[in-house]
Amino acid sequence: MTQSLVEIKQLCVHFPIFKGLMRKQVGAVEAVDQLSFDVLRGETLGLVGESGCGKSTTGRALLRLIDATSGSIKLNLQDSTNNSSTTVDITALGKGQMRPHRPQVQMIFQDPQACLNPRMTVASIIREPLDEHSKLSKSEKHAKVLQLLDDVGLNPSFANRYPHEFSGGQRQRIGIARALALSPQFIVCDEPIAALDVSIQAQVVNLLKDLQEKKGLTYLFISHDLSMVRHIATRVAVMYLGSIVELGPSEQLYKDPKHPYTQALLSAVPVANPAIEKTRQRTLLTGDVPSPANPPSGCRFSTRCPVAKEQCKTERPAWRELQDGRYIACHFAD
Amino acid sequence: MTENTTQVLQVDDLTTVFDTSDGQVHAVNGVSFTLHNGELLGVVGESGSGKSVTMMSLLQLLPSPPARLVRGQAMFEGKDLLRMSSAEIQHIRGREIGFVFQDPMTSLNPVFTVGYQLMEPLRKHLKLSKAKAKIRAAELLTLVGIPSAEDRLSDYPHQFSGGMRQRVMIAIGLACDPKLLIADEPTTALDVTIQAQILELVRELRKKLGMGIIWITHDLGVVAGIADRVMVMYGGQIVELAPVDELFANPQHPYTQALLLTLPSVDEDDNAPLQTIEGQPPSLDQEPSCCPFVARCDKAMSRCGSELPPTRELDNGHRVVCWLDAQTTQKGAA
Repeated sequence: MTQSLVEIKQLCVHFPIFKGLMRKQVGAVEAVDQLSFDVLRGETLGLVGESGCGKSTTGRALLRLIDATSGSIKLNLQDSTNNSSTTVDITALGKGQMRPHRPQVQMIFQDPQACLNPRMTVASIIREPLDEHSKLSKSEKHAKVLQLLDDVGLNPSFANRYPHEFSGGQRQRIGIARALALSPQFIVCDEPIAALDVSIQAQVVNLLKDLQEKKGLTYLFISHDLSMVRHIATRVAVMYLGSIVELGPSEQLYKDPKHPYTQALLSAVPVANPAIEKTRQRTLLTGDVPSPANPPSGCRFSTRCPVAKEQCKTERPAWRELQDGRYIACHFAD
Repeated sequence: MTENTTQVLQVDDLTTVFDTSDGQVHAVNGVSFTLHNGELLGVVGESGSGKSVTMMSLLQLLPSPPARLVRGQAMFEGKDLLRMSSAEIQHIRGREIGFVFQDPMTSLNPVFTVGYQLMEPLRKHLKLSKAKAKIRAAELLTLVGIPSAEDRLSDYPHQFSGGMRQRVMIAIGLACDPKLLIADEPTTALDVTIQAQILELVRELRKKLGMGIIWITHDLGVVAGIADRVMVMYGGQIVELAPVDELFANPQHPYTQALLLTLPSVDEDDNAPLQTIEGQPPSLDQEPSCCPFVARCDKAMSRCGSELPPTRELDNGHRVVCWLDAQTTQKGAA
């Protein structure tokens, strides 16, 4: 049995809406609502969904960059020096108590242009986490920076250059090197390839896979590119309007999607093969995603679901295990 | 495409240069292609490959300076688009040739209602009265699948979702029944389920209206689903042009072959690392004197780096610009 690294139970992140002269709270954007899932050690969990469904909010909540409204996020961190493991519930930590755990959980951001400080050299960008969290000497840090640059496939002689001197793919590599600086166990990759060209995307995905093998990393891979997620992820979770509708091993989920939303989402992905495209049956969804400030009652997908029945409009489907390792939130799937 | 169909557009040797303070950027280098009536031509390439600049040059949409047309002609209905005065081209833009821009969030004017923006080309080009333009505008919105169209005319762009805004953009492009519609990455900013809706809409509109369409995208899957012919661009040049089935089944240029291999698929199980195209796209700061792909090509020969490759015409309208002759390419692919 693989041990879980992150356990998420009933996680909710609601952003309050204030209105009027007295700034009275009139409602809340339910960005993430009642999420429960585990991230297993050493796996890549793909998190897919349309924009605005709460993927990034989930990723940020896991690192406590956003505070959860309710629910718990437990990290089972392993200490490599004495082989012991500690469990912390990061939602319960007070001010400053998260800081010692930060080296273990890192993030790779979406936009390689915006996430690097243009006034710092590459070396100082990658060294910054070491300055903050380690007690290495100056020369040790420098050696570590050069090693990291080499690890992500950049020439160490680039260390004194500035971010604008690099292309998009190279900048993303710098972001990856920074995330790796403190040898974390868990990395949240928030759309790391969305801003890159197709031929460069493949390079970055291969790099992430290599690093995972070498360093035994665990990824939460957030993306809207379903074909890339199939390639990199061991398990996939599909999100819709703040909740996960289906979770399962990626091969089974892609071959035999159970939830009507997963089916529609997969059939909407264009395939680079004209022969298949001409004969393919599509499940077209009508309409747009409802606003998370005013989600539909019952099943959140019921307004666009092609097979919705009366029950779906009133009763929220429970999160249940369908088969071994396959979870779903739908009244009718079997 | 059969020989007797009429040509809508014929572009010959189009070359555009940007004069910047850091020197020249050769964005489009000798691009030639034709578009037939009722045909959908897909244009694919990475960012910076000159897809958009080519199409913007055709309609004189680039600010000049820095953009400068070096040579070439673009015949549209017996007239050269590139030699027209700005008054003349204004009669063509929006009337004979519709343009759909990439980003639906920024290409609609936020301070005018959607109805006003839809009626603008109708009143200007077709000289319709206000009342008639309003009826036509409502028809157009219905055509692109926006419910209760008449009421929505008085709404502002921010009241529409991304997918709806892109539909409005398409409606504006179609407003005056153009003979040619140029769509510049119309679905790139949208989610897959919305993209599927738009693609379905375009398939239907083509059946109904039968105009020529140029569809710029970087997604080979989208092209496979809707295009009749595909043009692959790299480094400001066309490297390959072929009917869609032919291109995907029998790609001749090493770049096209590599591009097809880098794509992961939602339908295949494959845990092998993705194929990558090593290196970076060319910088385009000099007039091309050799094949633009030579630095990243695994089949490059010595003459590839010193001479411009010839254009070879194969059967069924397949055109490729490469030094490898047909036989050696097939050996390389086998």
